[in-house]
Amino acid sequence: MTEDLTRQSAAVLAAAIAAKEVSAQEVATAHLERIAAVDGVVHAFLHISSDSAMAQAKRVDEKIAAGTEVGPLAGVPLALKDVLAMHGEPTTAGSRILQGWKPPYDSTVVARLRAADIVILGKTNMDEFAMGSSTEHSAYGPTHNPWDLTRIPGGSGGGSAAALAAFEAPLAIGTDTGGSIRQPAAVTGTVGVKPTYGAVSRYGQIALASSLDQPGPCARSVLDTALLHAAIAGHDPMDSTSLNAAVPDVVAAARRADIRGMRIGVVKELSGDGYQAGVSQRYHEALSILEDLGATIIEVSCPHFEYALGAYYLILPSEASSNLARFDGMRYGLRTGDDGANSVEQVMSLTREQGFGPEVKRRIMLGTYALSSGYYEAYYGQAQKVRTLITSDFNAAFANVDVLVSPTAPTTAFKLGEKLDDPLAMYLNDVATIPVNLAGICAMSLPVGLAPEDQLPVGLQIMAPAMADERLYLAGGALEAALVDRWGHLLIEEVPSL
Amino acid sequence: MSQTTYVPFEQALKVYEPVFGLETHVELGTKSKMWCGCSTDFGADANTQVCPVCLGLPGSMPVVNRVAVESTIRIGLALNCSIATWCRFARKNYFYPDMPKDYQISQYDEPLCFDGYLDVTVETPEGPQVVRVEIERVHMEEDTGKLTHAGGATGRIHGADYSLVDYNRAGIPLIEIVTKPVSGTGALAPAVARAYVSELRDVMRALGVSDVRMEEGSLRCDVNLSLNRPGEQWGTRSETKNVNSLRSVERAVRSEIERQASVLDLGDRVIQETRHFHEDTGRSTSGRSKEQAEDYRYFPEPDLVPVAPSDAWVEQLRSTMPEMPSVKRARLQAEWNINEFELASLVNAGALDLVEASIAAGVDSVAARKWWTGELLRVANDTGVELADLQVSPGQIREIEELIALGALNDKLARQVFEGIIHGEGDVASVIAARGLAVVSDDTALLAAIDQALSAQPDVADKIRSGKVQAAGAIVGAVMKSTKGQADAAKVRILLLERLGVSE
Amino acid sequence: MTSISRDEVAHLAHLARLDLGAEELDHYASQLDVILQAVARISEVTADDIPAMSHPVPMTNVFREDVVTASLNRADVLSMAPAVEDDRFKVPRILDEE
Ligand SMILES: [Zn+2]
Repeated sequence: MTEDLTRQSAAVLAAAIAAKEVSAQEVATAHLERIAAVDGVVHAFLHISSDSAMAQAKRVDEKIAAGTEVGPLAGVPLALKDVLAMHGEPTTAGSRILQGWKPPYDSTVVARLRAADIVILGKTNMDEFAMGSSTEHSAYGPTHNPWDLTRIPGGSGGGSAAALAAFEAPLAIGTDTGGSIRQPAAVTGTVGVKPTYGAVSRYGQIALASSLDQPGPCARSVLDTALLHAAIAGHDPMDSTSLNAAVPDVVAAARRADIRGMRIGVVKELSGDGYQAGVSQRYHEALSILEDLGATIIEVSCPHFEYALGAYYLILPSEASSNLARFDGMRYGLRTGDDGANSVEQVMSLTREQGFGPEVKRRIMLGTYALSSGYYEAYYGQAQKVRTLITSDFNAAFANVDVLVSPTAPTTAFKLGEKLDDPLAMYLNDVATIPVNLAGICAMSLPVGLAPEDQLPVGLQIMAPAMADERLYLAGGALEAALVDRWGHLLIEEVPSL
Repeated sequence: MSQTTYVPFEQALKVYEPVFGLETHVELGTKSKMWCGCSTDFGADANTQVCPVCLGLPGSMPVVNRVAVESTIRIGLALNCSIATWCRFARKNYFYPDMPKDYQISQYDEPLCFDGYLDVTVETPEGPQVVRVEIERVHMEEDTGKLTHAGGATGRIHGADYSLVDYNRAGIPLIEIVTKPVSGTGALAPAVARAYVSELRDVMRALGVSDVRMEEGSLRCDVNLSLNRPGEQWGTRSETKNVNSLRSVERAVRSEIERQASVLDLGDRVIQETRHFHEDTGRSTSGRSKEQAEDYRYFPEPDLVPVAPSDAWVEQLRSTMPEMPSVKRARLQAEWNINEFELASLVNAGALDLVEASIAAGVDSVAARKWWTGELLRVANDTGVELADLQVSPGQIREIEELIALGALNDKLARQVFEGIIHGEGDVASVIAARGLAVVSDDTALLAAIDQALSAQPDVADKIRSGKVQAAGAIVGAVMKSTKGQADAAKVRILLLERLGVSE
Repeated sequence: MTSISRDEVAHLAHLARLDLGAEELDHYASQLDVILQAVARISEVTADDIPAMSHPVPMTNVFREDVVTASLNRADVLSMAPAVEDDRFKVPRILDEE
């Protein structure tokens, strides 16, 4: 292989490594060099695991040399969101409170990546504890969008998406609680999938909101995303909420990419007012392409979606306030104020005050309020009922259509700092992605062009019923192929060079 | 703080009626913890039985131990409870350094078992009385780590400079059994409370779900109590924590009756508060008041899915239920033909199962009871161990009884054999051999000893010869002494009378 | 759904163990108000007979068998700790009995 190794797809790299046309170590080195060259301006990574990456690449090369069977992504580099525990490597979830913490165990996702012979390059930046839509809430400084370094890369998984868009890694892992995989994918012109709740183990994912969280695959193409999905999905006895069912054949679906006869529902409530003109334009163009490919477009209504944001911003902070209680400075991570005179209660309060950023504290306060006695029924209890109604909306819609579509985010990437002081405006970014998490179903975001007014990527969201993840890849694969036909390349090829 | 003057118990009960409830925590005897595979063995080195899950490390997740759920259902069935067809775990949120996640996974408004009862028997001057204690709920939760307090004089939490935490106990399955309020027991309240906990302990042991060693903290009680004047509404209740022995249960109820009576007698209000019981003083001290009470912010645990026991599963568990202690006691009382006082003494000694096992091993029922509630209980009390922990087996009792029947041992020698066994000197035969404990049954040797005794006490010999047979005791005693007890006293007497040509 | 007072914010901060300064208390009091008013729309949905959804996937009875598995190495456990003494986690003095 003579071309730039960092510009290749995961599928191509894996084939070349398996065929010994290039070594996994050469591929890893090329990506580490790329990171060294561009991450100073992008800041996608919080930590580069050069040593363990090169060691893993070497093992892969040795396996291949010995003729040992390896996984379909063997030797391919990957960027790991810093919210997933990796044995012996720093894991901070973008928070100061976990600075210096090295987990004594692997998350299940990491264990599966290792088992699949994938090479983990390092840990990517994120909004602190995955709270945010811009990666500006990281305690370690923001990540910049490779399409325009003055803009946000989305969040919370902005680091993983930016690493893909900056060609620092062909694969990345994200986690999606309300859109943290899909919205960054949309604003960086990459592909991201939030699998069905329980499809990918949460064991070792530092929890934000346990009933909404879901790790998932990110890549620059639908097929690469499918290959990574297949590598990490499947039942895990360490996660009680893990689905004990066969993983849908997402790779076959991505390859088949045939949507003739597919019924595609357009969610009335997720377009129109509040959506940027260029976003709406590319979205409607994509709908006509899908129709041209043989799908039927049907408008559907999900009347309770207007309450989704409210329910989400009660359920998430409630669960988060509990999940983040353990960061108290007693067993690991930051401890401040322990001067021998302060009580344990004071030290916990001082540690948390200094260790958490403003958005985390805001949501902890909100969640503590929503769960406190006297308010539980009005807030948390009511939000859970809304959740039932949103799930019913989806069920009713999926009775008539195979998948649903919407724009992934209402706008393209906004400017760094633009919404930092307005939490409500920031929360509105997730309006189209949140219902999926509330219902526990699956969804993909893939690029459908640049908005004419700002030349920034627009994402289309495809939603499918729980455990029908393969439909995302059927539809996404078909649409991507049609767009590549039209453009002559993937949209990501148009990203300005850094 | 002012010194409380307690109203004497009898006086308090002339004016007030107590209402009490008990919350009992029992550590289950599962091999592994509630949510992870760490061992539950007691006494391991600090922080060696911990993993990401029970340390609450970021990212870790709980998975429910099946045996813990089954044990809880079996406890529920033993306590005549209904078993929920669907229930969830909940998070109880509060910060405390012994709790790794700063929330405890428990059950809130959906306990696995609910609405049961346990009948307990208490002694009254009029004889045993049965009291039904109603059970509100039985639910599952997890234990916390163990704190030790350093610095300060007492080793107690107050005045300590800092504390140390061992998380080995964190995540051990804990069952909480909550009674409904028990009213109308009057002066019997302390005894009923104690009998309830004692009966609960026996039920746990019969089920084999916990070793219920109170001294190791595997059974712990909180006592809720209020007083009211007859005919009036129930009073404000206090909750006394840390009540960790049967004796303490009784004392805590009695002490709290006395304390609340003194408050009410002064015309003051009892405040709703948490109190801490102290084993050393038998009294409690004030803890957190209701005004400062934590807001636990319970919500359904999202990391665990609901537990929904099917009828088939519950019935299968029901089929594994052993005979309950109360049923067993009634059966044995009839089988052994003993009265309720004899039964009570066996129960109080913890000897019931041991006697039953001894009888099963072939020991006569009277002899079995005699040994376990006599010599063996005395040794157990003297050495401060449970009867069941004496290293004496039913088989050994049978052997000893056989040797007594053969005349090879007498009671005094048998006691020495038991002593040897308890001291670890080996089995029955080796203790007898090593200590030289065989009864002297050789007539020649005995006659020589008798002759020697007679010549030493010629006046006594004359008395016997003249028909005063009761005087024989002095000679028999002398012979027993000279043979160091290794003779059969009855046989010595017969030989003595033959020797002197006297008949009874 | 009432507006939230500064005292209430201070109480919440105590419950959540956040040592918020005076400025932060004011700041959060106003922000929580705004957010709560925005989310309060969910009360428009009359949902008396609608079941509350706590888990997105309706599964029950997920158990592990009662089998002992390896624990962590104690040195690894204690190396994470901010303070250690006598192989235990050292924590500041505790004022409240639990
Ligand atoms: Zn453990």
